[in-house]
Amino acid sequence: MAEYFEMGGYGFYVWTSYGIALVAMLATVWGARQRHRRQLARVVRRQKREQAGKR
Amino acid sequence: MWRWVHKYGSPPVFYRISGRLLPWLWGLFAILLGWGLYGALISSPPDYQQGESVRIVYIHVPAAWNSMFIYVAMAVSGLIALVWRIKVAEIVLIASAPIGAMFTFLALVTGSLWGKPMWGAWWVWDARLTSELILLFLYLGVIALHGAIEDRRTAARAVSILALVGVVNIPIIHFSVEWWNTLHQPATITKFEKPSMHIDMLVPLLVMALAFKLFYVNTLLMRARGELLERERDVKWVKELAS
Repeated sequence: MAEYFEMGGYGFYVWTSYGIALVAMLATVWGARQRHRRQLARVVRRQKREQAGKR
Repeated sequence: MWRWVHKYGSPPVFYRISGRLLPWLWGLFAILLGWGLYGALISSPPDYQQGESVRIVYIHVPAAWNSMFIYVAMAVSGLIALVWRIKVAEIVLIASAPIGAMFTFLALVTGSLWGKPMWGAWWVWDARLTSELILLFLYLGVIALHGAIEDRRTAARAVSILALVGVVNIPIIHFSVEWWNTLHQPATITKFEKPSMHIDMLVPLLVMALAFKLFYVNTLLMRARGELLERERDVKWVKELAS
């Protein structure tokens, strides 16, 4: 197992590559999700305000 | 075809359908990624020259392909946005930029992490590497320019032009390894010839490439949905969505 993670001496380069890819892609998904949620929350807030104004 | 474009290009329809599709698309992505990673990290053999460091290539090449693919998608959207003023095209353009920038960054970093043990240098100013770095700046330029202009439609027109002008860099990246004597190796996989790569390496590479493409589609849809809500906040369908 340890031998597998050593990757024939290239372990550092291989796992850093996969690690950075994982972090970068997760961050992209998270960013996209946050954006959508923020906008949705804003629309809901506005809607509530407008309805409160009508009454 | 135009009727189809108008139907699925209409914001409420796009919003609803993409929302329903996304869980399935992410599921498909997970399957492809699992298969690709198994191939890349476990079942594929080490390279006879590069040894185990070849495993970096399974991220590097799909990321680099995506970096160019997304830019072309952006430029095509820019053209559509300029000529026909289709709002969805503007949204696709600007929503693609951060995703493309991420893949370009990934291609550069993983290339660097492969270059250090293989070439003995983190970076060289070779034509392939330099043109890919310019691609990153083009993406960042699109993001910055869009952020600098207040009015959405004006901003969209400006970034469309920038995206179109910058597309000249794509053939430069692609052919750089043929036009110039680069340290970066020429393409292994081309359309017209049999790839000079063993099937046990080729399959995981192509599966990873497909998974990365799907990642782009999924995150693009997510970003586009957010962008759509922001732009259409005064339109009836968004208001109905909220209540």
